[in-house]
Amino acid sequence: MSATGRVVRSGVARRRVQTVVIGLATMIAVTASVLGGSLVVASSAPFDRAFAAQHGAHLTAQFDGAETTAERLSATARVAGVTAVAGPFSTVSGTPRDAAVDRELAPMTLVGRTASSGTIDELLLSQGRWVTGPGQIVVSADYPIGPSPLGTVLRFADLPGQPALTVVGVARSVTRTADAWVSPSDVAALTAPGATRGYQMLYRFADASTAAQLDRGRAAVTAVVGTEALAGTQSWLTVKEADERTTALFLPFLVAFGALGMVMSVLVVGNVVAGAVGTATRRIGILKAIGFTPAQVVRAYVAQALIPAAVGIAGGVVAGNLLAIPVLADADQLYDTSTAGVAWWVDAVVVGGAFGMVTLTAWAASLRAGRLRTVDAIAVGRTPRPGRGRSAARLTARLPLPRPMTLGLARPFARPARAAAMLAAVVFGTATVTFAVGVASSLNRVQIAKDHAAADVVIETLGPPRGPNPVPDVPRPLSADETTRITSAITASPGTEKYYSVATTEVAVAGTAGSARLYAFTGDASWGGYEMVSGRWITKPGEAAVATNFLTATRTRIGDTVVLADHGKAVPVRIVGEVFHPTNDMLVFTDAATFAATKPTLIAASFHIRLAGGADVTGYVTALNDALTPSGFTAQPGQSGGSSETIVLLNALAALLTLMLVAVAGMGVLNMVVLDTRERVGELGIHKALGMTPRQTVAMVVASVVVTGLAGGAVGAVAGVAMHRVVVPAMGHGAGITLPPAITDVYQPAGLLLLGLGGPLIAVVGALLPAGWAARTRTAVALRTE
Amino acid sequence: MTTPVIELRNVTRRYDDGPPALHDTTLSIAPGEAVAILGPSGSGKSTLLNLIAGLDRPSSGTVTVDGVRVDRLNEAGSARYRRDTIGMVFQFFNLLDDLTVVDNVVLPARLSGTASGAAHRRAHQLLDALGVARHAAAYPGRLSGGERQRVAVARALINKPTLLLADEPTGALDTASGDDVKRLLNELHADGQTIVLVTHDLTLAESCATRTIRLVDGRVVADVTRDVAAGRTR
Ligand SMILES: Nc1ncnc2c1ncn2[C@@H]1O[C@H](COP(=O)(O)OP(=O)(O)OP(=O)(O)O)[C@@H](O)[C@H]1O
Ligand SMILES: [Mg+2]
Repeated sequence: MSATGRVVRSGVARRRVQTVVIGLATMIAVTASVLGGSLVVASSAPFDRAFAAQHGAHLTAQFDGAETTAERLSATARVAGVTAVAGPFSTVSGTPRDAAVDRELAPMTLVGRTASSGTIDELLLSQGRWVTGPGQIVVSADYPIGPSPLGTVLRFADLPGQPALTVVGVARSVTRTADAWVSPSDVAALTAPGATRGYQMLYRFADASTAAQLDRGRAAVTAVVGTEALAGTQSWLTVKEADERTTALFLPFLVAFGALGMVMSVLVVGNVVAGAVGTATRRIGILKAIGFTPAQVVRAYVAQALIPAAVGIAGGVVAGNLLAIPVLADADQLYDTSTAGVAWWVDAVVVGGAFGMVTLTAWAASLRAGRLRTVDAIAVGRTPRPGRGRSAARLTARLPLPRPMTLGLARPFARPARAAAMLAAVVFGTATVTFAVGVASSLNRVQIAKDHAAADVVIETLGPPRGPNPVPDVPRPLSADETTRITSAITASPGTEKYYSVATTEVAVAGTAGSARLYAFTGDASWGGYEMVSGRWITKPGEAAVATNFLTATRTRIGDTVVLADHGKAVPVRIVGEVFHPTNDMLVFTDAATFAATKPTLIAASFHIRLAGGADVTGYVTALNDALTPSGFTAQPGQSGGSSETIVLLNALAALLTLMLVAVAGMGVLNMVVLDTRERVGELGIHKALGMTPRQTVAMVVASVVVTGLAGGAVGAVAGVAMHRVVVPAMGHGAGITLPPAITDVYQPAGLLLLGLGGPLIAVVGALLPAGWAARTRTAVALRTE
Repeated sequence: MTTPVIELRNVTRRYDDGPPALHDTTLSIAPGEAVAILGPSGSGKSTLLNLIAGLDRPSSGTVTVDGVRVDRLNEAGSARYRRDTIGMVFQFFNLLDDLTVVDNVVLPARLSGTASGAAHRRAHQLLDALGVARHAAAYPGRLSGGERQRVAVARALINKPTLLLADEPTGALDTASGDDVKRLLNELHADGQTIVLVTHDLTLAESCATRTIRLVDGRVVADVTRDVAAGRTR
């Protein structure tokens, strides 16, 4: 073995603490980077990627079978500008019932298709399999059917013979071309007698990036089959816009998590490797004294860092790819995409980056040590530079503390470079974790605020049919009698703290062409999850709070008075606040009494109940439903507890990612302290030789990291809050949303204190490991450690 | 007179503040000489030795060793110069504690390209001659101070250096161990090894050196060459 090889081997094998530390740090950093990287990739234009991968249809067109024929539709494939077609597929719509529980489900559009694959609109099966014959149905992943769709029997009760189909699979169409797919022969069976059959055609055009281009494409197609044959079309741009509107709210948050994981990893690996090489200055001096050239020193130290790093990287890639499975599954569900594991190039970039990072820091740190004058390098560790930290030592000595502790407290000042590196580790770690925790809770609040879902219990009066004679599921006004029955049931229920009801109608806005949706409240709804971007919530009749888009569309501002028109009667309202509602909807929120004079037809009321502290939601709902049974309405738990699927997914994801960042940050601090203390074993030996007891030794070591840890924790927590304050509104802004203070002000003093103390705590634990070792070691052995 | 193996001309070494550690020093040392550098603490002895070893550079003046301008070497050049020309022994041994004794000794030989087998044979010879062969496979942390210093001497000699430099080689040792090192240096000198030795220990200087140079405040105040025959009559 060459001289360098021998030095590398002993450096790796005999410096076990350092080897393990580098290996662990790279492993967890690579894990975090693989996770973060694939999350960032998954979050980049999810719709566009899915559209490309599944060959989405630019235009989904519905044709009336009475006006055209399959042959004429096939001919549209040759229309200029059309690059590909699929179809004609026969289609039909119907309203199925879940046969097992005889519950009516949402109406669905069914398409008869023989294969899930194709040149256009490839369907991705997320569960089960494709239709192999009559009597089977594959439902769209969006179709609301319940948690376990496979095996459900759907019965079409309105049709002669009540045909039934069994769900065999769940599939996803990127442009939502249908609610369900069946074999073509079943479409005929599901078509009501006398009804004409419909056809679906899917088109891709040479130019389809703007609405105008799609209009031209549609016109070219209708020119062939006739306008009267076209029953309806759906452009991919509409689907894309709707899709991106939902993801826009959380996508930047997830990207932030991913990016943070990667940045943090780079810092931790850099800090640990530089620290490890930094502790070797004396050894480097000796190597140079016996004839190692600077280049040989650098080569030896790069290799010495790369060997454990390689093991760590390998482990990290495996762990990262395993952990990515649940993370990407969650992301897929959020984005309606399907990702086949971590992209190979993410792994490649992370592995390459990790090797590069380790090499670079080891190279830079050993070059620095190698350039030091050899005599000085040899003296490092044996003779601390005189003068440094003397005044700190004098000051701490005056503190009314035991001497070992004051000795420890003075230490960071005697070794400022080492203390700075540890400080950096604690600051970065605390800042990252503080920021991540803040982002996670902002994300959660955005989702809740978006749905205005702060109530514990909700009674929807629009929903599945109710009462002895089921009425169709159409919006209708609530009778005064029904209202009284519901409100008396609510007030009679023990556990009710307060409640309000809300009903809606369309109103015209004077001076503008469109209409706005009016939400009229009965009772105080200020606690109902209506977060204010600016201004305040309504407090009396005549006041209105509006969604951001209302202000934009009507070019009004808070303080302005607008005139709302209901059935020709004008009702002036003064705008007092802007409500966080990140959609394009024109929404106006007022007290119901504002419109008392015009007596509008308010429809689809819902009741929102807050329970007194400590009340059990499930028990309350059960009791209230018993009371409501005669009226036919049902109460349900609200979404404030995070029952919405999106919120559950996002919370799980945020928790996992925060945990990952905590692990990376903690590892960074721990490593730093372990290395530093391990290096001081000889010095501790001297103290023990002078009569320090093991307990005093431990106290001294702990005291030496406490100051740095506390300072770093404080600075890091403040930095994390500041970062959150800047980044989160900027992310909202990037998505075109102004976030209300309730979403950005997420930190509580107690929580912050806890976050700030995390760093010092990890530092103390990290110091205790080697300090305990030093305290237990016989003094002679400790002294002999060079 | 033979060409000197070490030649210092007007060498000054100045640290950031205070008077120069070494002041306008000119001296030459011939092959085969055993020179002891004496002087009070802080007089510049270690500075002088470090300059000769190429571990440090003069602020002004020239240092020539074996025809090589040591003061002009870059870091890589001075490393090669050290491994080929210099054997160095320090007061605090400076052994690599993560290498075994024999690996410590072999390292400089392997650096200068000696085959592993030959290097190990020579290392074992040296360790044997120095009486520490039984510790060959041990790690330095287990050895006593005297044993460690003998290992350091073996490491310094493995490449048959033109020049053996020793800075307080007995400084950290007790009398008995110190005597071992003394004997060792005497034998080496008898074999014709050029030695430059920094010490506080007058008996060490008297027993090992043919010439003593005395430094005070960075200046040579005395330079005495003893009668070689007298040195041997003891
Ligand atoms: N790296 C340095 N930076 C600043 N001053 C230094 C440095 N090294 C040595 N000196 C100073 O140079 C002078 C000579 O130091 P040197 O180590 O050569 O003395 P010495 O004769 O070897 O002393 P000792 O017998 O105590 O080892 C001393 O005053 C010392 O303080
Ligand atoms: Mg000295």
